[in-house]
Amino acid sequence: MTAEAILEIENIELTYKGSIQALRGLSLNVPKGQVVALLGSNGAGKSSTLKAISGLLALENGELTAGRIRFNGTDTAGTSPHQLVRNGLFHVMEGRRVFDDLTVEENLVAATYALSGRSGETADFEQVYTYFPRLKERRNSRAGYLSGGEQQMLAIGRALVAKPSLILLDEPSLGLSPLLVEEIFTIIAHINRETGVSMLLVEQNAAVALAISQYGYIMENGRIQLDGPTERLMADDDVREFYLGHGGSGQRSFREIKHYKRRKRWLS
Amino acid sequence: MNPDFLFFIEVSLAGLGSGALLALTALAYVLIYKATRVVNLAVSEVLMLGGYLFFAFAAGWNFSPWLALPLAIIGGGIVGGIVERGLIRPMLGENPISVFMVTVGLGSILVGLTELMWGADPRTLPAFISTKPLFLGEAYVSRKIAVTFVVAAVAMGIFLALFRFWRGGVALRATATDQAAAYSCGINVPGVFSVAWIVGCATAAGAGVLLGAIGGISTTMGVFGLSALVVVIIGGLDSILGALIGGLALGLIQSWAGTYLGGEYSSVVTFGLLIVAIVIRPFGLFGTHEIERL
Repeated sequence: MTAEAILEIENIELTYKGSIQALRGLSLNVPKGQVVALLGSNGAGKSSTLKAISGLLALENGELTAGRIRFNGTDTAGTSPHQLVRNGLFHVMEGRRVFDDLTVEENLVAATYALSGRSGETADFEQVYTYFPRLKERRNSRAGYLSGGEQQMLAIGRALVAKPSLILLDEPSLGLSPLLVEEIFTIIAHINRETGVSMLLVEQNAAVALAISQYGYIMENGRIQLDGPTERLMADDDVREFYLGHGGSGQRSFREIKHYKRRKRWLS
Repeated sequence: MNPDFLFFIEVSLAGLGSGALLALTALAYVLIYKATRVVNLAVSEVLMLGGYLFFAFAAGWNFSPWLALPLAIIGGGIVGGIVERGLIRPMLGENPISVFMVTVGLGSILVGLTELMWGADPRTLPAFISTKPLFLGEAYVSRKIAVTFVVAAVAMGIFLALFRFWRGGVALRATATDQAAAYSCGINVPGVFSVAWIVGCATAAGAGVLLGAIGGISTTMGVFGLSALVVVIIGGLDSILGALIGGLALGLIQSWAGTYLGGEYSSVVTFGLLIVAIVIRPFGLFGTHEIERL
């Protein structure tokens, strides 16, 4: 990676409630303007990584016990979560987390707090409505009554209002139909290309995630197992078999053992 | 007009007056609960403190009542801010019952301090609302109650409008719905907590001045706050509209019960209603369903 990094994570370790270790020496980088995918199975620690970056860990009794996270060159330790957002680091949380009782537009208004303290920045709802015309139609309805796809659009829309330099996207495909996933990822790719915002994308759906990212990390048990440019990951046998679902080896004899070992490494 | 009916109207108007005051006090509970999920029982004592602060400024230092009133409200707000920073924020994430007990203890401390400062005897506030009777058509209303009603109604109206149209109202509602998501939108969540406590306690102090103007002040006037707690439990702990409607309804019911059944029935009816309401709708008439039960 040649581009300057907007986010650098060095060897972070994370424990919940002082005893449950979720991350064991994880490092990764997000270069400016790129989309980086972070893949892995359930419980690998993907969401924990994002919460560690955005500072929302403290709400869940999580704590970083080692390592360093630098956003835009400055260490994030000791910065409150809302201040990080105002500095341009926006976390779109897993499960959409829209404010159910607020209307679509009020949800966007809530995100304008991210602009506080930045001079000359005004909220641009029209930009959100250009990317997501459906939100404009439903601007005055309660967010709780939106469909899952529309809620995800709203969650990403809130991030747009905040004009961040880095968006952490946690499972935008969660619970959506394949068609909607396609639509939302297309828009995410557009946003990246047109606004130049960097993204760290956590996904279970490796195929769509790798399709729009330039670099990928694969994590397991709280650490990075494999990383590389997307083309190389997509060509990797293990990734193809266990993440992209392309058929593995046909003939098995001695290979079965190898397969088993590999499988064990991936799924343990 | 039929004199019986006229009497009924007069009783109802008086009920609406105290109902507006109940609604205003209930609002203090709702504001604080909405933002921080804490049932602040000390609202009753802050209400009492508001009355005493007004007494101190207006009678002790001979300030004009129109200066003493805002000073008492500001005093209540300062108390709220100090309590939030000093006692409540360190308790964040603790068991709600523990936080609740802290507010109970705080209430006792406030009563004790007030008795130390001003003694335990009831006092009358300097009159600042004229006692000239007021007639609505043929019906007589005490001017104090009418003024109280108008002030409380205006305050409620302002709050409702702020909640709907001011950005801070959005921040408060967002924080109430989902703290983590509010943080992720750049909302200063601890700041919202502080503001809710300051505004809530200031509202309670203001209601205390109005209550004191009608019935005088004493260290036990916090009991009025308990009726207001009934209002919020019936109306829904997190609903401003519930506080408004519940307050007016309870004011009317107390007034009717007190007049037609006898004064001793007022509390019986109030708390009887509370029990029935909890059995039928534990989350309140206007509250959110997943609301905690009390």
